[in-house]
Amino acid sequence: MSKWHFVTDGFVKNNPTFVLVLGMCPTLATTTSAMNGLEMGLATMFVLILSNIVISLIAPMVPDKVRIPVYITVIATFVTVLQLLMQAFTPAVYETLGLFIPLIVVNCIVLGRAEGFANKHNAGESALDGLGVGLGFTASLTVIGIVREILGSGAVFGWKFISGDGILAFVMAPGAFLVLGFLMVLFNKYLAKK
Amino acid sequence: MEYFLIIVSAIFVNNILLAQFLGICPFLGVSNKLSTATGMSGAVCFVITLATVVTYLLNQYLLVPFGLEFLQTISFILVIAALVQMVEIVLKKISPSLYQALGIFLPLITTNCAVLGVAITVVTKDFALGGAAPHMLNLGQATVYAFATSLGYGLAMCLFAGLREHLAGNDVPKAFKGLPIALITVGIMAMAFLGFSGIV
Repeated sequence: MSKWHFVTDGFVKNNPTFVLVLGMCPTLATTTSAMNGLEMGLATMFVLILSNIVISLIAPMVPDKVRIPVYITVIATFVTVLQLLMQAFTPAVYETLGLFIPLIVVNCIVLGRAEGFANKHNAGESALDGLGVGLGFTASLTVIGIVREILGSGAVFGWKFISGDGILAFVMAPGAFLVLGFLMVLFNKYLAKK
Repeated sequence: MEYFLIIVSAIFVNNILLAQFLGICPFLGVSNKLSTATGMSGAVCFVITLATVVTYLLNQYLLVPFGLEFLQTISFILVIAALVQMVEIVLKKISPSLYQALGIFLPLITTNCAVLGVAITVVTKDFALGGAAPHMLNLGQATVYAFATSLGYGLAMCLFAGLREHLAGNDVPKAFKGLPIALITVGIMAMAFLGFSGIV
């Protein structure tokens, strides 16, 4: 159980969205509903865990000067694997998330964990770190998605409990920035109280 | 006329930052001062246009004929990384003053998702402009689209940096300090840009 903290760290202390503020583009763009946020988070987690494992294994062999291009190639490979898998098994999800699946390559969280964690730890710890940060990212995206879906269309995970149209702006671009901004305020308040 | 529509749509209606959410990280990172914001915008503008032309040709003449479209993601990111390196070396040689001005922004652009985002968008998405049937962009249109998009990036970036310089001097509640208030400001800006939707 001593390694459990690698997972929990990614959740609150190193929360990728609210504390490290990394990977903002998918966070803002794909959280139009709770389901989309959840799916995007899981897709990123898939790449994060696998690239963390491979990078921790090859890191000792990679010369320092070319490490970033090597890491990016590893990440891009897993993103391509993910794209092919999603096209085969979940084409509808692939269609909804669209551009933001290939863009996981340039998600700073993935490269950040490779550079900041995986190249200094063994494969097991890196996998746990990938799981923790991935879950933290997924949870943040889902929460943002839930808030935007309630305000924007009066529903949660597609289950409508407020009749009527909701506030359209929250499903569109401005809502993404506003909801993330106000959630960050709440998170700051919570951290300050602790 | 079509080119005009592409330009208006890319700069205002589908602004890359405020409507498409691409390249947010550097947007929040370097918009503290107007001078760095303009430097970053210049570098991004240059790289997006160049990278789009190169990846468009690569896709059209290498990947598609050989049925290798699944390699798009990996080959595009490598091309972009190599291009950024090359631009850096060439600039250092030809125009040291511009190189100095762009400074650390150049290497950072590799991981700016706006570059990869635009490159992938122009080769995969069907565009429907001015009532015409949806179709792939040709090289000229792709170049204009990339350039106009990066102008939109620069516009949003500089406007926001101007606002943020003023914000810095104001008394903001403690929990709102820094990023939260910046995000809320961008949200209100995005609302203003929503007013452009429906023009094209």
